[in-house]
Amino acid sequence: MSENTDVWEVFIQSKNGLAHKHVGNVHATDKEMALQNARDLYTRRNEGSCIWVVKSEYIISSESEDGEAFFDPSNDKMYRHPTFYTMPDGAKNI
Amino acid sequence: MSNLLNYTLRIADNAIILGQRMSQWCSNGPTLEEDIAMVNISLDLFGQANGFYEYASSIDGNKSVDDFAFLRSEREYFNNLIVEQKNGHFGDTIVRNFLFDAYSVLFYNKLSESKDEILAALGAKSLKEAKYHLRHSSNWLIRLGDGTEESNIKVQKSLEDIWMYTGNLFEMDDIDNELLKSGIAVDNSSLINDWDKKVNEILDKAKLNKPEDCYMQTGSKKGLHTEHLGHLLSDMQFLQRAYPNAKW
Amino acid sequence: MNEQYFQKRIDREEKIEPKDWMPDDYRKHLIRQISQHAHSEVIGMQPEGNWISRAPSLRSKMILLAKVQDEAGHGLYLYSACETLGVSREYLVQQLQAGKAKYSSIFNYPTLSWADMGAVGWLVDGAAIVNQVSLQRTSYGPYSRGMVKICKEESFHQRQGYEIMATMASGTPEQKQMAQDALNRFWWPSIMMFGPQDSDSPRTGNAMKWKIKRQSNDELRQKFIDQTVGQAEVIGLTIPDPDLKWNEERGHYDFGEMDWDEFWSVVNGNGPCNIQRLEHHKKAHSEGKWVREAAKAYSKKQKSIETN
Repeated sequence: MSENTDVWEVFIQSKNGLAHKHVGNVHATDKEMALQNARDLYTRRNEGSCIWVVKSEYIISSESEDGEAFFDPSNDKMYRHPTFYTMPDGAKNI
Repeated sequence: MSNLLNYTLRIADNAIILGQRMSQWCSNGPTLEEDIAMVNISLDLFGQANGFYEYASSIDGNKSVDDFAFLRSEREYFNNLIVEQKNGHFGDTIVRNFLFDAYSVLFYNKLSESKDEILAALGAKSLKEAKYHLRHSSNWLIRLGDGTEESNIKVQKSLEDIWMYTGNLFEMDDIDNELLKSGIAVDNSSLINDWDKKVNEILDKAKLNKPEDCYMQTGSKKGLHTEHLGHLLSDMQFLQRAYPNAKW
Repeated sequence: MNEQYFQKRIDREEKIEPKDWMPDDYRKHLIRQISQHAHSEVIGMQPEGNWISRAPSLRSKMILLAKVQDEAGHGLYLYSACETLGVSREYLVQQLQAGKAKYSSIFNYPTLSWADMGAVGWLVDGAAIVNQVSLQRTSYGPYSRGMVKICKEESFHQRQGYEIMATMASGTPEQKQMAQDALNRFWWPSIMMFGPQDSDSPRTGNAMKWKIKRQSNDELRQKFIDQTVGQAEVIGLTIPDPDLKWNEERGHYDFGEMDWDEFWSVVNGNGPCNIQRLEHHKKAHSEGKWVREAAKAYSKKQKSIETN
């Protein structure tokens, strides 16, 4: 039997309301053990309220060569950012 | 020694002895992840011991936490027999821990309702950790029991070998009964049905057979232990004994 | 073409990520460096683990355990970072056990007394911190992020060690002697942790060019010595180097000749604990084989239940 164990990427939500953040990976033979290992490795200092584990093979990544085509078009669409607009003085809540 | 002090030491001693056993897995685990998990458990247990020894120290009014932890003789520790059993191989450890963890969760749950506020608070805090320990040992027992033929045979033997120390967990002596009257102590004998249920549930998932009823070893409440405790203590106490005037 | 673009990215202080193009030698260098760093954390658990059961107080026992647990965790972060370069942890462990990959030579020394826990935390972790702070700015993304995380956790490690030394140095005469003895044994091996002098380091060129390494061995060593001398003075212990002297002109401490013969002898296998450390690692690994196999077998069974 090959000794290679499955690798799982770990995402931690440090506080209720915040988004999960990628922190690294763990090795485990099944999802229950992956959760346990992630908890022992990544939340020793109270850094977590919720843990996600995902088998590494299920993460799809964009390639860095795609960079320009994938991400640059949003670079010149500044109208998506609120700072693009000048608001009249005195207008509140907008 | 007052009943309350004795009772508190029983709980603290379970935590420190099992903590000491688990700490011996450091750099010896079957995976690096398990090394971390077992040291984590050990840390939890030492934390529990610390809490209960602090209470013992305040009841006593004289001795410190370390005096209790390091300077009593073999006959003055009151931990249950099961926690002083050797680590053996990983399967032996998991079986020992599972049987104790299942008891521990039930015990701390009841202790958190104690009329003694401090014991209740310590019980509530320890309960959270005990639940996690039970999850860990249950998960592993299932994987070892329902893993390979080799692993199943190994842990079945671990179970047979340690079974005679389980009865000791549910004993009640005069001190227990006295403190039970005032709502302070836990009725250990009342825990056995739920313990049985849990054990049956997990052993079933683990494809393991529950050992036959047998003669149960006893004596821990009187400080009568297996030969393992002496060796564990001589190692643990060495520096305190070798340098009696030193502060650490 | 790719090389030029890669070097431009390095020069611009960009982080290289796992899916980016990188020179073969860059990848190889990182695999070796990161895995050896990981192996060091794991092997390092042994000399400290040696005193856990005998820690002289409940508090010091818990602190030491927490420290060693961190070290296991650091090993895991680093194996994790190394795997992003296309190697499996199992392969890296095989290399270690076959003697093909190295770990920091400091761990080939034994821990002979409780005071060694102080010396190791204060000096060995202290030296590691100097090195790791510098590595936070390394060019490879996962390694850099691993270092940031490790540095956050590492500072209590050094304080733990220093506190032990301070307590003992102001304790009974036997305690003070024990502490001084530990310092005497660990000082030189600790400053040699920074590696050979710059003049004797063949790989430094590429490592600096590719910003894997941000400062030289000698620079880091000097930094460590400068910050540590005062710490020893504060607690009344003597660093075992008669040539140690503040040099006003340089603005640094001058220090004595290091014994590189001893260093290389230990690196090449003749240290007190070389054989023991690897044997211990192999023993734990082989005794755990049936456990790992059981876990895999269980997971396989579950998968086939799920798909049926």
